[in-house]
Amino acid sequence: MKHLRSIGELGRDGLEQLLESATHMAEINRRPIPKVPALRGKTVVSLFYEDSTRTRLSFETAAKRLSAETMTFSVSTSSVSKGESLRDTIETISQMGAHCFVVRHKSSGVPWQIAQWTNASIINAGDGAHQHPTQAIVDCFTVRQAIDQPFFNGVNVTIVGDIKHSRVARSNIEAFTMLGARVTVVAPPTLLPSQIGHWPVTVVHSFDEVIASTDVLYMLRLQSERMDQGLIPSLSEYGSQFGLTMERAQRLQSSAVVMHPGPMNRGVEMHVDPSDLPQSRIHQQVENGISVRMAVLFDVLARDGELQQLHEEVSA
Amino acid sequence: MNQEQKRSSNRMALSGPDVQRAISRIAHEIVERNHGAHNVVLVGLQRGGTWIADALAERIYAIEPELTVPNGSLDVSMHRDDIGIRPIVPGAISDISFDINGAIVVLVDDVLYTGRTVRAALEALNNFGRPQSVQLAVIVDRGHRELPIRPDFVGKNLPTQMGDEVVVSDSGVVVTSEVSS
Repeated sequence: MKHLRSIGELGRDGLEQLLESATHMAEINRRPIPKVPALRGKTVVSLFYEDSTRTRLSFETAAKRLSAETMTFSVSTSSVSKGESLRDTIETISQMGAHCFVVRHKSSGVPWQIAQWTNASIINAGDGAHQHPTQAIVDCFTVRQAIDQPFFNGVNVTIVGDIKHSRVARSNIEAFTMLGARVTVVAPPTLLPSQIGHWPVTVVHSFDEVIASTDVLYMLRLQSERMDQGLIPSLSEYGSQFGLTMERAQRLQSSAVVMHPGPMNRGVEMHVDPSDLPQSRIHQQVENGISVRMAVLFDVLARDGELQQLHEEVSA
Repeated sequence: MNQEQKRSSNRMALSGPDVQRAISRIAHEIVERNHGAHNVVLVGLQRGGTWIADALAERIYAIEPELTVPNGSLDVSMHRDDIGIRPIVPGAISDISFDINGAIVVLVDDVLYTGRTVRAALEALNNFGRPQSVQLAVIVDRGHRELPIRPDFVGKNLPTQMGDEVVVSDSGVVVTSEVSS
């Protein structure tokens, strides 16, 4: 594949291939020296127009473990503050020999737009409230590991929180259902998108109703500005209805899996400390993030990179 | 294989029992060369070399029953030098669960051809430690080396054409050649 911009574009075969390849990368990460020369001579640019800790570091670590060069573009110290346009920025960096852009931007669709301005591959690290495909692949990988089966038929996934503004929810719902899971979303009506009726999910407004039958519990981060927008009455009110409290945690099945994409709001959606929760896989999510992003970078930059270019040259 | 346009011929270069005898002889040679097996570890190259490493470990145990030789596997796809030139799919997962520092590592593969896989394996081994020495055991050496690499233990030297395909299994060694019609 040339780009990874959305789960839909990736498709079920692509998703399975990446999950398979990530198990291979996970072995490399367990070696005494976790570094291979596979992407020597390739340059990966991380271009984050929005703040991020784990996604950016995870991509950069992944690139380094595959021996790619990394360039980090920091918006606040760049010419963007002098008014440089996105297009000029992309074209400038492309001229420096970038093979891949890892992009995060507050606007949906930016990864598709950028792809028109450069020959480099584009990996979407989050665009607006649209997609965050690598997070979804990480989460599928983590569930696979936790339940020890490759497909999720018969697995009940419950996603709780701000579905409306969450790119993680969109990508994860697509990916989980691709692998056979039944997805239920739990949220106040104000935090559900208007098109939710067209999504392959069951909508429930009461967390307590579904907690005991949940196999995979996915907590989303609540951004505090949602309160200022009047979408929730108060953070504590939201927490009592939709937070993972100790009482709710005790009703979870012992075999359940609890995940959170981070960063966590303790006392809002997470009232229990994950380290007190035996079902928590939040640390594994972070660890798996590196293996999965290595698989993505390798696929985009090596697997059939030059063949693809050859195809394009032939068909041009 | 496109059977309609190209005719191909198969020939059995070694029978199943021949392969087993070769493995037995190599097992003896490994023990002889290293004055016993106490510091020897086997590493089969994924995927063709792993079953041979398993068989060698069994034979060495039969010769020197006082110890079990550690036996692992190594996938070298991330260390190849043709990444991006041809599609490479990470094949299998490496499994070296023992310390190779100071050990005599015997790399085991089915066919030695250009030597590029072995070069990649030597590089990959560096990530696991620094062996005392590395030796190479193969069932078939088919020639056409592109690198200064030679095997220490060989089942059979088998002259081939570059386009030939050599398949090693426990039921024998089959060479498939394309015949121009």
